[in-house]
Amino acid sequence: MTLLLLENVTASYGKAQALFDVNLNLKEGELMALMGRNGMGKSTTVKVIMRMLRGTGNLLFEGRDIMGLPSHRVAQMGLGLVPEGRRCFRDLTVAENLSASARLGYWSLPRIFELFPRLGERQVQVADSLSGGEQQMLSIGRALMTNPRLLILDEATEGLAPIVRQEIWVAIGKLKAETGIAILLIDKSIKELREICDSATLIERGKTVWTGSMKSLDSQTLDRYVGVS
Amino acid sequence: MGAANSCTQTCGVFMSFALFAEQVLNGLQSGIMLFVMAAGLTLIFGVMGLINLAHGSLYMVGAFAAAAAAAWTGSFLLALVAALTGAALVGMFVEMLVIRRLYDRDHLDQVLATFALILIFSEGTRFFFGSFPLFLDVPKVIAGPINLPIGIEYPVYRLIIIGVGLCVALGLWLLISKTRLGVQIRAGKNDREMIAALGVNISALYTFVFAIGAGLAGLAGALVGAIQSVQVGMGEPVLILAFVVIVIGGIGSIKGAFIGAILVGLTDTLGGIFLPELFKLFMEGSIATSLGSALASMLIYILMAVILVCRPQGLFGVQG
Repeated sequence: MTLLLLENVTASYGKAQALFDVNLNLKEGELMALMGRNGMGKSTTVKVIMRMLRGTGNLLFEGRDIMGLPSHRVAQMGLGLVPEGRRCFRDLTVAENLSASARLGYWSLPRIFELFPRLGERQVQVADSLSGGEQQMLSIGRALMTNPRLLILDEATEGLAPIVRQEIWVAIGKLKAETGIAILLIDKSIKELREICDSATLIERGKTVWTGSMKSLDSQTLDRYVGVS
Repeated sequence: MGAANSCTQTCGVFMSFALFAEQVLNGLQSGIMLFVMAAGLTLIFGVMGLINLAHGSLYMVGAFAAAAAAAWTGSFLLALVAALTGAALVGMFVEMLVIRRLYDRDHLDQVLATFALILIFSEGTRFFFGSFPLFLDVPKVIAGPINLPIGIEYPVYRLIIIGVGLCVALGLWLLISKTRLGVQIRAGKNDREMIAALGVNISALYTFVFAIGAGLAGLAGALVGAIQSVQVGMGEPVLILAFVVIVIGGIGSIKGAFIGAILVGLTDTLGGIFLPELFKLFMEGSIATSLGSALASMLIYILMAVILVCRPQGLFGVQG
């Protein structure tokens, strides 16, 4: 069953149009990679989905039109965002970051600390004093604490040491195996995306140019639209 | 003879100590009321980035609400409740009608719009209540003085004001640091877009914060209105002091507002009394008095300047 549907979505930053025709169909429990070169509209698409940027076209979550809703309503319906640049609340402690927007459900502080033991050890530390990797874990934990149906990860492994990236990938793998949550992933690590994702949607110049299962994504297409195969 | 002399000296020392202690209490009382006023201002500035010149008008609204409620019900306690809730409600409506359109605008627009609110509130109040000051009487039981140790006589009501202010400080500290709402307020201060994207209704949160600030300003207006008088324009001098307080304390910091308010209250009160006396020690009486009181009225601004030179972000402000 379709969880998130985008049809003919457009969006602009002031007068500069960034999205021209984005189409995306993500099913329940599916892990989808949103791919494309830098500046092609991946993060902009996420902003429109999260209602942080105004857009036009059809935007449906669980069959309901969410294009006119404010950001917080969309989040309450079950979209959890791990934004580009992590954006932890820097003056708040780890525990406060996690509980600020928590909603009842499967995810609770003990479960987050089980997934990311490092966060458990730093509960009373302020987010500003954490390493980049820990902040990324905090940002993921914070989104999970809202108990979303769909988790959106925007560049969750960017700028991290290889060993920390591995930890993040392991955690995403666990999420997939243990909870059945749907995930929309933006990442530069093509190899990991290939291994973990069920499907892919490719964007170029603000348009969806390819969509299908990850298995059917051939290296020619990948090379043409993402630049690496 | 010798014994009598030493008694006079000792009594004299006690007298001047009692006078000093009384002035310290006065300073504390005015400082704590400044805190109740400034807490809302610093919260609104710190959380929403809004300069609210109309905060003094909410102080006035509280005082008038209290005077009207006291005249109607005869109860001072109900008058205080009316001040708090009346100002909070007015604050809530003003936030929803006007203020929320200003968050994304620059400070000049905010200053202009909230200055317009001052004019509207002042003329509106004049229209309904007239230009003559109203009086809000403190109940007789707490109006008189009480004897404190070492011969200090001090009005009960002013001690109650200090108590109420301390309770407000404690309550605010608990709200901001211990409750989930407080966590969300602080999160919103760090990244407003992000807290909304996690499902927190930021505009309801802002309305709430504004209403709390407005309610506290109203409470301060009523408490002080009972000592002074309730009249149009009573909020603006306090507003200026409150801005001095939050600049000294560091914008957005409740702790800073508390320390800053006490500092300003003590400096203003003690300076006004003791500076002329100090000058009399080494110059002629009338010159000392005029020079001393002239300098005393500048003292808090000198304090602010000194603190800003040493710590440009204020005592508890965050740099950058």
